[in-house]
Amino acid sequence: MLVIVSFISFALAVYAKNNIEYELSKDRISPFYSIYMLFIAGLLGIVITGDVFNLYVFLEISSLAGYTLVAVRKRREALVASYNYLILGTIAALFILLAVGYLYMATGTLNMADLRERLPEIYSSKVVLTAFAFFMVGLSLKLALFPLHTWLPDAHGYATPVVSAILAALTITGSAYAMFRIMFTVFNVEFVLEVVPVTDMLIIVASVAIIAGSILTISQIKLKQMLAFSTVTHIGYMVLGVAIANQTAMTGGLMHMLNHAIMKASLFLIAGIVAYRTGIEEIAGLKGMGKKLPLSMAAFTVGALSMIGVPLTAGFVSKWYIAIGSLEAGMWYLIPVIIMSSLLTAVYFWRVIDSIYFKDSSGQGVKESSEKDSLTGTLKSLNPQAFVLKEAPAGMLIPTLVLASLCIFFGIAAFIPVSIAEKAAIMLLGGG
Amino acid sequence: MIELIAGKYNYWIYITLMMIGFYAMIEKGNLIKKIIGLNIFQTAIFLFYISISKVEGGTAPILILGKEAVVYDNPLPHVLILTAIVVGVSVTAVAIALVIRIYESFGTVEEEEILNIMKNSSLKPEENIKT
Repeated sequence: MLVIVSFISFALAVYAKNNIEYELSKDRISPFYSIYMLFIAGLLGIVITGDVFNLYVFLEISSLAGYTLVAVRKRREALVASYNYLILGTIAALFILLAVGYLYMATGTLNMADLRERLPEIYSSKVVLTAFAFFMVGLSLKLALFPLHTWLPDAHGYATPVVSAILAALTITGSAYAMFRIMFTVFNVEFVLEVVPVTDMLIIVASVAIIAGSILTISQIKLKQMLAFSTVTHIGYMVLGVAIANQTAMTGGLMHMLNHAIMKASLFLIAGIVAYRTGIEEIAGLKGMGKKLPLSMAAFTVGALSMIGVPLTAGFVSKWYIAIGSLEAGMWYLIPVIIMSSLLTAVYFWRVIDSIYFKDSSGQGVKESSEKDSLTGTLKSLNPQAFVLKEAPAGMLIPTLVLASLCIFFGIAAFIPVSIAEKAAIMLLGGG
Repeated sequence: MIELIAGKYNYWIYITLMMIGFYAMIEKGNLIKKIIGLNIFQTAIFLFYISISKVEGGTAPILILGKEAVVYDNPLPHVLILTAIVVGVSVTAVAIALVIRIYESFGTVEEEEILNIMKNSSLKPEENIKT
């Protein structure tokens, strides 16, 4: 987990250089990096801490840095998105703080291992139940699980591409990891399965999230908004996998955290490259991009295929494990959910791929995009004869391509992440 | 009934305050008022922590010369809340900074007006690219 966070944040930091210099004014660049570092520190803290109060503090460190990172863009929509994110994020954090207070009141300790020992005796106590409920609501809000997802599309859609990539890849993964640790490390499997039927509730909510997220995604016209909504779907997958709570499904859910981080980061980075080179944000503006930016668009296609879950890509492996796991648990009715959402995913990514490769950029397409976008217009007027789009600079391209090729690598050499995720799943389920 | 209300009055107070704050955060259209609601919410939780640390007849947990066995309050929640207060202050600071920036670029702090402005400007995307 630690490795995932560090690796992706490194890849994104390399990418950030060009993107940030394009998006921000000069005096904002060094503060951006300091906040970025704080953000990473918070996330690493969430992953390694063994204390529930520190979990709250680290969650707040990374979220506060996250609010600032969203707001750092020059567009004013980003400010409002960031404000809404802040209000909802703080409510979530305060719920978690309250839950920590209740747990402390009931047990007199804050250490996760101690809590695990002391809690089973008082599982039926109302204080513990309340604490658990507050944890679940707070973390679901941080995680943007479906009914509580309203802040996510705005915050991810309006932030600069590199920030969207970190938020989608890492904040979500970090909070998901925190939630699973609370469910299985602090409380144990018997509690989440038997005392409170929370896994059943999570399965229902996650299935709704998967379907509703896919449907909402189809209606988006902007590339980044579309990617942001599809995050809602994939959060559904992670939670679904873990909530089924047998070893196979949990392996799938945990692997989906890794895969989603890689896939979504690479897709957002490509959206960033497109905006960097052309300023285009709408899906319709992507017409004929396949010829202009061949490498990035190839990477986009790989990422999209992986999102859909085509075999030989990373997305397939984790969806496969979740599906098998749900069969093992006797929940066959979850299979249609997964298949239907994969089809819907295919629908909305196909629209993008279609306009990238199969629509001509000549005529209508260019006219539209040049009207919509003043940046391309000015570039054209500066250099009217030779307006050829170049590929993105190497600093942006290399991290993107590495992430995209990882999608394929983990799809073919699936045993590497599977063995790690299996160990983690056994560890989480270990006590029970 | 009296027992339930009077015996646990600290919880009643914190729940009331929390709900006031929560209501303000959800219901108010003014961004500054939302932040005030947020602060009330936070303070309610601080009060909750402090009140659970109270030991009857206890004093502050400091060593007094000559008095060995004094009854003192549980200091751990105090320390936790000190951290939480710092977090709360930073959240407030970030929120207010955001509101200032919002006011600068929209000229208002009313949520509905901002939404209107955003709706109108999204019809004309070329104005919207850099502000």
